[in-house]
Amino acid sequence: MPDTQKPLPATPLNPRRRAIVLGASVGLGAALSKKLIQEGCVVALVARQKDKLDALCSELNQTTGETRALAYVHDVSKYQEAPTLLKNIVAEIGGLDAFIFVAGVNYPPGGMDKYNFENDRKMVEINLIGAMAWLSPVAEMFQNAKTGQIVGIGSVAGDRGRVGNPGYNTSKAGLHTYLEALRNRLTRHGVNVLTVKPGFMKTEMLNAAQGGTPMAIEPEQAANEIYKAMLKRKQTIYTPFFWSYIMMVIRHIPSFIFRKLSF
Amino acid sequence: MRTTFTQLENFGHSLNAHAYVIQPRVVEDIHAAFELAKKEGLTVTARGAGRSYNDAALNGGGIVLDMSAMNLITAWNPATGVVRAEPGATLEMLWQKVEPDGWWPPVVSGTMKTTLGGCLSANIHGKNNFKMGTFGEHVIEFTAILPTGAQVTCSPKVNADLFHAMISGYGMLGIFTSVTLQMKRLHSGLLTVDALPVQNLSRHLSALQDGAPHNDYIVGWLDTFAGGRSLGRGQIHAARYLHEGEDPNPRETMKLKNQILPPYIFGVFPKSLLYQFMKPFANNLGWRMVNIAKYMASLRTHTFRQAHAAFHFLLDYVPNWELSYGRGGLIQYQSFLPKETAETAWTEIIKLSQKRGMPSYLGVTKRHRPDKFLLSHAVDGFSLALDFKVTKSNSKPLSAMLQEFDKVVLENGGRFYFAKNSETTAETAQAFYGEEAVKKFRKLKKRCDPNGLLESDLYRRIFG
Ligand SMILES: Cc1cc2nc3c(=O)[nH]c(=O)nc-3n(C[C@H](O)[C@H](O)[C@H](O)COP(=O)(O)OP(=O)(O)OC[C@H]3O[C@@H](n4cnc5c(N)ncnc54)[C@H](O)[C@@H]3O)c2cc1C
Ligand SMILES: NC(=O)c1ccc[n+]([C@@H]2O[C@H](COP(=O)([O-])OP(=O)(O)OC[C@H]3O[C@@H](n4cnc5c(N)ncnc54)[C@H](OP(=O)(O)O)[C@@H]3O)[C@@H](O)[C@H]2O)c1
Repeated sequence: MPDTQKPLPATPLNPRRRAIVLGASVGLGAALSKKLIQEGCVVALVARQKDKLDALCSELNQTTGETRALAYVHDVSKYQEAPTLLKNIVAEIGGLDAFIFVAGVNYPPGGMDKYNFENDRKMVEINLIGAMAWLSPVAEMFQNAKTGQIVGIGSVAGDRGRVGNPGYNTSKAGLHTYLEALRNRLTRHGVNVLTVKPGFMKTEMLNAAQGGTPMAIEPEQAANEIYKAMLKRKQTIYTPFFWSYIMMVIRHIPSFIFRKLSF
Repeated sequence: MRTTFTQLENFGHSLNAHAYVIQPRVVEDIHAAFELAKKEGLTVTARGAGRSYNDAALNGGGIVLDMSAMNLITAWNPATGVVRAEPGATLEMLWQKVEPDGWWPPVVSGTMKTTLGGCLSANIHGKNNFKMGTFGEHVIEFTAILPTGAQVTCSPKVNADLFHAMISGYGMLGIFTSVTLQMKRLHSGLLTVDALPVQNLSRHLSALQDGAPHNDYIVGWLDTFAGGRSLGRGQIHAARYLHEGEDPNPRETMKLKNQILPPYIFGVFPKSLLYQFMKPFANNLGWRMVNIAKYMASLRTHTFRQAHAAFHFLLDYVPNWELSYGRGGLIQYQSFLPKETAETAWTEIIKLSQKRGMPSYLGVTKRHRPDKFLLSHAVDGFSLALDFKVTKSNSKPLSAMLQEFDKVVLENGGRFYFAKNSETTAETAQAFYGEEAVKKFRKLKKRCDPNGLLESDLYRRIFG
């Protein structure tokens, strides 16, 4: 529970859209939260690191002069906590217009001949099952309300299984498929589901990554592009855009060649 | 207990909030909803027909009790005119029940879609407020459930403090479960209506004040676009009941078929489509033309007879008219001013709206008298209701302008009505209610709702 006061309710002339960003303490999630606050939303920032969240929220609330950023500490691998926390957040921010799942971890095994089941499992537990734990009650709410927007942060790494990090590839490919299935269920109910596939972004996660990370962009740039795609109610985007060309090629490389490549 | 996560809106479609909607069918369901709210740590708001222009029946992230299924008229005595009904019954159901027997609800709103619970909670007024007072003044008794679980019966004599606070209390103290009302006797299904033009604000207000004692209803339309010497010009409609004997065949004129307006205009054009054709006019130029045309047409002083339903509920005969305001929807700004200061205040307000290029599209005036209810909006004076279209680009400047309006109203001893007003802040609200009323209200709130279960977005805005 945040110790800050409740945000002011919306009025017709001071509209406030309400959003939850899961994985908001640093990196892309922090940049997206900042963007949404700038655009007038009330945002619940959720992640594990309390100090980071608190600092970010008070910075955001100070700049706007209003209580619109609220911090909630939660580990997405504690699945059974999700429904209750969701309900509490929705009560405190006064509804829900957008749910954005950013949380993710990346533990490369450290070479194409290395295997690490424990790390693979963690990646699937956080990146995929963690997302499902939240997205399923959120999808149900939005389906009933016949409105709402779901944004899931996947990765270009989810488009093909590659030699470097099978566990991460799998977690993101699973997330893409889950989001696609939700899109097919929810579009008919007026709910938009956006899958975002970032290329490389200059965040802590990138520091941990191994191998080349060409053309990395600032998370703020990605946040701006994601916000634009949300307004346009897009379905899938690559960010930055040129990754869509690169991935078009990569997706079409035939397996007998792909097997021989080492990236 | 079945709840459905739903997006709800205000009447003007300019505001939304999500809530877990529960539709009680019997009193036990309301108890169960309170239990659920306590268990889940959620707040509760009752909702009638959702005809409030603002956040009164919204509860973002909480539980909303949709009262519309508890809508039975449980007792009707055509000899005495006393009627008892559940809170979800609408004014439409009420007048259609009592009118054929020669009775009429003593106070009605400009739409008949409102529920009795909503009418009690806002303590609505009609075009006869100066004469008949508010809706609450015709309540013989009501029963309600408090968040504590207690069931109370209140009348002007029994539980008088709660009676005068729950009526006008916007559902913040308890949930109405039944209401007993006194209807008014009719001698005809028709009213005699005088229509006369007024050339400026001063004459407009004098016509309301001087006309009131000789009439049963009085209402003005104000041309919001006229400025200079014509500022405040418009048209007055004053109406009187027919006396016994004036209508040679009252049984006939009181028949429902002679009250209900047909669904077609000119016999062919369906009214359900009319709002689509109003859309192109919903801009500054369009509404200026409408206002000018309306004033030109009103210049002739004349008298005619009109059915009660047609006189009161004209707006209901353009279904969905509020949708013609487009995607941003509309809001209404209604201020109540003492008769001594109304002219000064509204001259300033109308001028300001014209100077800022954000004229209201529709202005309606009424004559009022004070009442004894705790959160009363009434004054010995007048009210002016102004409709504004909301767009993405005007919301910031309009908001700033309304804050200026609030200051003018407050400085002139005026009041606001929370069935309409959507922007007024806690500070302003508590300033016009006065310290004593606010203190009294908070004390009752603690007594009826110690755990703070009943909260709406309106409550959080003005008392939170
Ligand atoms: C076209 C139009 C014309 C209007 N004209 C007038 C007019 O002439 N005069 C006037 O005074 N008003 C007028 N109004 C305003 C309207 O009468 C009030 O907003 C009224 O409260 C709406 O009733 P409702 O049933 O829709 O209530 P809602 O808008 O659903 O709710 C209003 C309030 O009542 C509470 N409430 C509802 N049911 C219960 C219950 N069972 N127990 C406890 N609380 C409850 C809600 O919590 C809320 O605070 C007009 C509105 C419209 C749209
Ligand atoms: N950086 C890239 O190049 C890149 C490329 C493609 C896709 N992505 C994806 O983009 C998303 C954001 O990445 P990023 O680069 O911003 O990473 P980051 O800087 O490491 O941030 C990850 C965020 O997720 C949160 N998180 C991680 N595990 C969590 C858990 N168990 N419970 C709750 N929150 C958790 C973290 O907060 P706490 O630590 O406070 O819990 C943090 O806020 C991830 O899904 C990532 O896979 C990144």
